[in-house]
Amino acid sequence: MTPPQRQRRRPEPPPPPPPSPRQQPAAAGQEEEPKKPERLYTITGTDGDRAQLDLVTLIVARADPPSSATPEETAVLRLCAGPLSVAELSAYLRLPFSAMTVLLTDMLAAGTVHARAPIVRQTLPDRSLLEAVMHGLERL
Amino acid sequence: MKASETVPGPRAEDQLPHSTQAAAKIVIVGGFGVGKTTMVGSVSEIKPLTTEETMTQAGIGVDDDFGSATKTATTVAMDFGRIRISDEVVLYLFGTPGQERFWFLWNGLFEGALGAVVLVDTRRLEVSFEVMGRLEERGVPFVVAVNTFPDGPRYAVEDLRQALDLTPEIPIIECDARRRASSRDVLVTLMRFLHALMANGNLT
Ligand SMILES: Nc1nc2c(ncn2[C@@H]2O[C@H](COP(=O)(O)OP(=O)(O)O)[C@@H](O)[C@H]2O)c(=O)[nH]1
Ligand SMILES: [Mg+2]
Repeated sequence: MTPPQRQRRRPEPPPPPPPSPRQQPAAAGQEEEPKKPERLYTITGTDGDRAQLDLVTLIVARADPPSSATPEETAVLRLCAGPLSVAELSAYLRLPFSAMTVLLTDMLAAGTVHARAPIVRQTLPDRSLLEAVMHGLERL
Repeated sequence: MKASETVPGPRAEDQLPHSTQAAAKIVIVGGFGVGKTTMVGSVSEIKPLTTEETMTQAGIGVDDDFGSATKTATTVAMDFGRIRISDEVVLYLFGTPGQERFWFLWNGLFEGALGAVVLVDTRRLEVSFEVMGRLEERGVPFVVAVNTFPDGPRYAVEDLRQALDLTPEIPIIECDARRRASSRDVLVTLMRFLHALMANGNLT
């Protein structure tokens, strides 16, 4: 039996970063023209700038909930007594990822939480980190 | 959401230590039904969780005389698990939605990932073709894990390598995503591959 045949693809130059919504105000009542197929989809309910939060940015509470805290903020501060990823917060609070990052952006600005940046491939410091993950998995 | 007391959090034993400095992620990709959710669940140390994103889809191409776009809201879900590596490092595994056009919903899902596992099912190899092409275009390193379904045809690794048009250095391994040890071996294979790429200066 012969398997179906695939054809390898080449790396593409990275796309330019999408313009922020502020730089590109849509005229009222006018539909934005989609450029690429992916642009057919827009994340619902985002506005303004969001902090560059990754799914695995770790969030840690810095303060007790202020009396003005909303229920969501209080929940985040309670869950983040220890470090917890944005993905986990989004899952526990049942908030879409984009809504979670909006909430966390406000909290970071207010100083009630802080963020520990994720380890990303592009800026891997050295091999020791890959080795740590590799050996950690081997021990499972 | 109601009062904060109603929001469940991690069980006490699932809490990360304060010493945890950073998290890394690996993505598990492949067409519908190839075993992504199964692999995340078998190797995760926490009960898998789900993060969602809501988006609106403009109804382009819909039969409409006036060209007024209809919009529908769609929720896309992604399940993920977690493995504590050390007191400082934690690893997250994301089973991505099969439809590649949804990937952009999560910032840096692929760009930031250490690498990817492409799951293939020999009964329908072609459902994972598009996913592999996308990873190649984005320069995301990946290994191929062949899920062994009992009724699937079995190909020799070199035949698979040829059919999938993969260069000789890309690991291809058989696995059973339902078994923790097997899923762990797939992840170890990916890490060794990334390690070799970095040693050769080929990890971007
Ligand atoms: N025999 C076998 N069945 C598997 C394996 N991995 C997944 N399955 C089954 O395949 C079905 C689809 O798996 P699922 O993880 O939901 O696929 P997903 O759509 O990629 O998330 C489920 O019924 C699994 O139990 C495997 O390695 N071997
Ligand atoms: Mg699934």
